[in-house]
Amino acid sequence: MNETPHSPGEARPRAAREAQPKGAADPGKGRVDHAEAAKRFIAAPEHLKFHDERLWDIRMKRDRQMHAIPEWEELRRLASAIKDHTLSHLDTYLEQFEAAAKANGVHVHWAKDGAEHNAIVLGLLRDHGAKTLIKSKSMLTEECGMRQALVEAGIEITETDLGERIQQLDAEAPSHIVMPAVHKLRRDVSDVFARTLGTEQGNDDIHYLAESQRMTTRPLILEADAGMTGGNFIIAETGAVVVCTNEGNADLSANTPKLHIVSVGIEKLLPRTSDLGVFIRLLSRSALGSPITQYTSHFRSPRAGAEMHIVLVDNGRSTRLGMPEFWTSLKCIRCGACMNTCPVYRRSGGLSYGFTYAGPIGLVIDPTFDKHKFSSLPFASTLNGSCTNVCPVKINLHEQIYAWRAVMAENHELPFAKKTAMAAAGALLASPRLFRAAIATADQALLSLPRFAQYNALNAWGKGRENPRGAGQTFHAWWAKNRAGKAKAAAPGKQPS
Amino acid sequence: MARDMNWWDLTGNTMRVGLFVPCYIDAFFPRVGIATLELLERFDLDVDYPFDQTCCGQPMANSGCQAEAAATERLFVANFRDYDYVVCPSGSCVHHVRSKFDAIEQTPDVTAVRSKTFELVEFLHDILKVEAFPWASFPHKVGLHNGCGSLRGLHHARPSELNEPFFSKPLDLLQKVDGIEFVTPTRPDECCGFGGTFSVFEEAVSVKMGQDKVADHTKAGADYIVSADTSCLMHQQGCAERDGSKMKFIHIAEVLNGARQ
Ligand code: SF4
Repeated sequence: MNETPHSPGEARPRAAREAQPKGAADPGKGRVDHAEAAKRFIAAPEHLKFHDERLWDIRMKRDRQMHAIPEWEELRRLASAIKDHTLSHLDTYLEQFEAAAKANGVHVHWAKDGAEHNAIVLGLLRDHGAKTLIKSKSMLTEECGMRQALVEAGIEITETDLGERIQQLDAEAPSHIVMPAVHKLRRDVSDVFARTLGTEQGNDDIHYLAESQRMTTRPLILEADAGMTGGNFIIAETGAVVVCTNEGNADLSANTPKLHIVSVGIEKLLPRTSDLGVFIRLLSRSALGSPITQYTSHFRSPRAGAEMHIVLVDNGRSTRLGMPEFWTSLKCIRCGACMNTCPVYRRSGGLSYGFTYAGPIGLVIDPTFDKHKFSSLPFASTLNGSCTNVCPVKINLHEQIYAWRAVMAENHELPFAKKTAMAAAGALLASPRLFRAAIATADQALLSLPRFAQYNALNAWGKGRENPRGAGQTFHAWWAKNRAGKAKAAAPGKQPS
Repeated sequence: MARDMNWWDLTGNTMRVGLFVPCYIDAFFPRVGIATLELLERFDLDVDYPFDQTCCGQPMANSGCQAEAAATERLFVANFRDYDYVVCPSGSCVHHVRSKFDAIEQTPDVTAVRSKTFELVEFLHDILKVEAFPWASFPHKVGLHNGCGSLRGLHHARPSELNEPFFSKPLDLLQKVDGIEFVTPTRPDECCGFGGTFSVFEEAVSVKMGQDKVADHTKAGADYIVSADTSCLMHQQGCAERDGSKMKFIHIAEVLNGARQ
């Protein structure tokens, strides 16, 4: 069952197996160091290769789905326009939603931040004497740190999404918003299950592992006191909550216990049910390259004898809505396509970003939660722009990443060495005389040009790459020698010497 | 010749082109600057190289340092104000000038320079509308690398993420070169990981991306990687040389100017 080849009959020593790389170190009051965590991810070639190829394969599937829909770009424009409209009338639609939900017999709560959200949920559980909670995947509850808060209050939580369950059992955060355990190899999952669920050591058969998880989770679902889901979309005109899953686990979480709590961010609104078609067509094609999720469930009112509560969470969203350069990030439908296509994300793993949201969307929204802690994230990008092109709601992700860099510089959040290097480069490049002196020889140029100047003491360029070689003379010197007096030449266009 | 269609011939004026040779081409790849100049001179243009030029400001601005970029941007405008067109053999620099370049006040001079600055491929393809390079022959297997600034910033070609009709300006030009043969890597427009200061700030990821890019072209059977972006080539070449790869790298200006290898 081992994935790595070794001579037959030889038991491969466990210690020789590549360990799953861990995520970014807790920075305390400092900055998350993505580059450092990425370096450790890259130092684990089996994990790196699997992660990169798995996600690239999904990107390819997404492309095939896209090409099967001639009006794809029109759908993206439409989705973007609907979100723009909704976000610019958010107050109206939120009130409409609240009224519709209440009319359906649903209780609506408003949470201004994560702590308030967690307190509301805990209060509901206490009111119902609930001690056990089953839930489907929700990035919002991760963002709010709900699991830890509830566990500390004595609530037992069971994640029902397979990937999220794996991450819960391993006491690790999700690394991808759609595929929480995508950074783990089969054998990593096998190890986690052997340790926590008592599965057979070394058995990494996918069906065996999935079935084992199912068998251990099902009884917990059946006995749970309360169920929780997130919401992919909420509909203002009907008060409905729409949840898209592939495992059907949201339906179990919502429909089994007598209490159903929905946690949802205020930006998930759509005005009408008829808007939904645009988004459903885009969501799974963008996310996983499949035409639609296995389940698209609409929850509108409580079942007979049960209660349904919706917690509408702000947690920084209304502040973000007021940021001219960054408010459109609220259009995000959390499909993960920007992560799958991001060459940096695929080679560093979601845990290297140090927060719930990784990849391009993480670079854009994480700093809105903590500018200092996430100040280096906008630099974990080559600004290649592939993210912007795959985004189903046309968020200009790479332009927002670029804009964050200027915000970080203005807020004195650049590391001292970088700021100093850039000030020196700026002075050098603004002066033809200094610049000429600095690049007179290639060796000098290597030390002076801005791309090398930074961190050249650590020789970051030369660690894995050869330096460009000098060419004997600069173009500038060549021109002086070969085109002297050119500016005054009367007959242009002559053949070069 | 295509130039017959252009206005400056009708008016009897020769088009004045300011050649912008970015700092790292100036220092490390002067042959790219020379090829660009020689190629442009073949089309009877008045090509000049303003002697006091340095850079476009991109390195500072890309690091968020707008204030530090301002003086360099100002110098760029002063150097190139007086030309009909500014042409540069580097997509990312032109992308900066055209789409960013806002560390300074947007006076009419500034916006004029910004809108007449072209990357070489666009200039040949869209402005000169060149139809043939009879002097060029390159009988080799090449993989084309579109730098991200050129591809997604300047729209050199249709990027693979979009459901739009295929087009590729660099391919259109290269197809006119005698004997050239193209190979296609599995991830044709994946970023190669240069990214300016990203290359040192995120050294590990940057090098891995460069290695992967070279390996993908090698697997596809390329002898050369051709690109309109010298910085991408410099990075990929650095990765290839360290790994002992036999891959060769050449700028599109050199191929179109008739380089023999
Ligand atoms: S930013 Fe766009 S591509 Fe990324 S997760 Fe959100 S909707 Fe998907």
